[in-house]
Amino acid sequence: MSLVLNEEQSYLKDTARDFAKNKTPVSHFRGVRDSENLECFDREIWKEMANLGWSGILIPEEYGGSDFGVAGIGVIFEELGRTLTPSPMFSSAVVCASLIKEAGNEDQKKEYLTKISSGDITLAFALEESSRHSPTNLETNAKKDGDSYIINGQKTFVLDGGFADFLIIAAETGKGTSLFIADKDTKGIDIKVTPMVDSRNAANITFKDLKLSSSNLIGEENGSDQIIEEVLDISRSVISAEMFGGIQEAFDLTLNYLKERDQFGAKIGSFQALQHRAALMFSEIELCKSCVLESLTSFDEGSNDIPRLASLAKAKIGEVFHLVSNEAVQMHGGIGVTDEYDIGFYLKRARVAEQIFGNVQFHKDRYAELTGY
Amino acid sequence: MSDLNAFRDETRDWLEANCPESMRTPMSQGDVVWGGRKVEFKDPDQKLWMDRMGEKGWTCPTWPKEYGGGGLNFEENKVLQEELMRIKARPALNSFGIWMLGPALLEYGTEEQKMKHIPKIVKGEIRWCQGYSEPGSGSDLASLKTKAEDQGEEYLINGQKVWTSYADECDMIFTLVRTGPLEPKHEGISFLLIDMDQEGVTTKPIKLISGKSPFCETFFDNATAPKENLVGGLNKGWSVAKRLLQFERNMIAGMGFGSAASGSSKKSDAKPTSGLATMAKRYVGEKEDKLNDSGLRNKIIDHDMNSQAFALTLRRAAEESKKSNQGPSAASSIFKYYGTEHNKLRYEIMLEAMGTKALGWNGAEFGPEELAITREWLRTKANSIEGGTSEVQLNVISKRVLELPQ
Repeated sequence: MSLVLNEEQSYLKDTARDFAKNKTPVSHFRGVRDSENLECFDREIWKEMANLGWSGILIPEEYGGSDFGVAGIGVIFEELGRTLTPSPMFSSAVVCASLIKEAGNEDQKKEYLTKISSGDITLAFALEESSRHSPTNLETNAKKDGDSYIINGQKTFVLDGGFADFLIIAAETGKGTSLFIADKDTKGIDIKVTPMVDSRNAANITFKDLKLSSSNLIGEENGSDQIIEEVLDISRSVISAEMFGGIQEAFDLTLNYLKERDQFGAKIGSFQALQHRAALMFSEIELCKSCVLESLTSFDEGSNDIPRLASLAKAKIGEVFHLVSNEAVQMHGGIGVTDEYDIGFYLKRARVAEQIFGNVQFHKDRYAELTGY
Repeated sequence: MSDLNAFRDETRDWLEANCPESMRTPMSQGDVVWGGRKVEFKDPDQKLWMDRMGEKGWTCPTWPKEYGGGGLNFEENKVLQEELMRIKARPALNSFGIWMLGPALLEYGTEEQKMKHIPKIVKGEIRWCQGYSEPGSGSDLASLKTKAEDQGEEYLINGQKVWTSYADECDMIFTLVRTGPLEPKHEGISFLLIDMDQEGVTTKPIKLISGKSPFCETFFDNATAPKENLVGGLNKGWSVAKRLLQFERNMIAGMGFGSAASGSSKKSDAKPTSGLATMAKRYVGEKEDKLNDSGLRNKIIDHDMNSQAFALTLRRAAEESKKSNQGPSAASSIFKYYGTEHNKLRYEIMLEAMGTKALGWNGAEFGPEELAITREWLRTKANSIEGGTSEVQLNVISKRVLELPQ
């Protein structure tokens, strides 16, 4: 796979960098957080992002998207990750758009992909059922009842689930997993917002005798396990790109601080105890960059090693975001633990993002299994 | 593209006709061909293969033709390497001349110096060693004291070098010597080529913790070198040395990553495997398809993931420098540090997997591979010392790349 960006990807990255710098610097995130807007994102900004075409990057042109590929959306997320730009883009335009694109029928694609692409609706994926990622052996189940399905179960950590217009629900249907789409206001759906430490919205969602027509089934009954895995890998790769942006920004902020802060009559960056730790982080960041690029481009270039590369990226980036966010706070000293200063935001985001679709250990284990041990 | 295909066909035919069958078999460390006046070939095919490749310039495929190199561009060299790998050809010639001195001469040498020395490196006629470190000048290399005094036609050299690899088997030595005793320490150093075949030069092997002696002490006692052997200008040796150290660091960093670095861009149907895990399974067994030691398994996972990440980074740096047409990218500054630390860890993991089997010193109760691992484990400890310690590498990253204050 290519480890340098092509022109199109470089252009998307530059556009995203300008946008993040001018429209959504970290102060934007702070403002949204302080506004007590439970949605945790700004609808005006989201509209602008959609107008730039970002919500349609993974969506084919016939449904209003641009089909620029996973690497295309990945480099945008990297830039948005630098400034912690909050939006429903990941849950809606990456996870759910991919699920519908891979599994949906023509009517569903026309109906939902077009509106996801335009930014008119947002979707959230109700998958997780426990506090640690576990995409198989779901307890939420759907039972066939004439031309309908009755769904019961509980979901947690549904990203952007508090305010999405539609939910895609993963449920057990006896011989495998099936996907259903439901309007959030359907009777039988109870949504409880769970404000998270990174000031983004997630939700616990209970389905009690939720009755859905069979036209709400996406893909084949019992037939979505493989598709979910594939979409999870795309999502893991893209969230890794976002995290990689956060890593770089936290590191850059810290480097600047090391060059500015005086103690003992010298810049603290002249102290070898800090220099070597900074150099170690730099080394790890260089490795991360290669892992993210290889994983992002593996989808568009048709690698046969996609799952392993996604796990490599998610594990490596998770581990290094851990390291860098901790060191960033420590090297900032007292102001590092103040709310007034931005660096703590990266620590918080690092931990939540690490949990998304598998933490470090989950992906290490998966990497080993895929390598035959 | 069709040119490249034609080149591939020609290369394949030539290799088919010229690479002896015995040179397509796995080799041990003792089979490495280093060339030079004192070379002893274990097999006449080794000489044949070296001579043929040297004549073609393919021992140094990308060096200019006028100095005996292959004159190949990036893409052609890639094809050549792929074709060599395809027939599992042994390297025809290894040497410090190829890895270090040659690239530095191409950048800093005069036309005469290039014409004189480079063809002999390509053909394996002269074997070079490196004289940098001194007993009192390790990490603080610029404090070196070996002096070269201007005697009109030539330099008179007195002093001692240490950690000169294979000095006892080499013909020539490239050295850093003090030519400006009154200048600031970095500005009084010159880069000088010295013939070792003279009375004033003696060598003495140093026995290492591994029991082997790849390094020597080298003594200069009124040795001489003609003035034309000064490279890069009087008192300008530090710039040459810094550049050359980059070549050396890239070489050391690449140890143990050879095929991973070049091969990983291709699509392959082969199921991914882990060398470490396969080996560890033999010693600790399996349980439900997983290595039967979860702690060890986790260490192997970390190591495998970092191996892949590092190999990708080597490839990325190559792609980046090719695209930008500039020198090494920022990523390359981590290679020496990361590559050597990673290689050390690899052997520690092997030791953990093998237990006491990896701790034998000699005797028939241990397998030859086991004994080799013990020795190689000890040898790796020098990886993060030679060519600039890990700590020096971190200093370099801090100052040159991150631009942290002095």
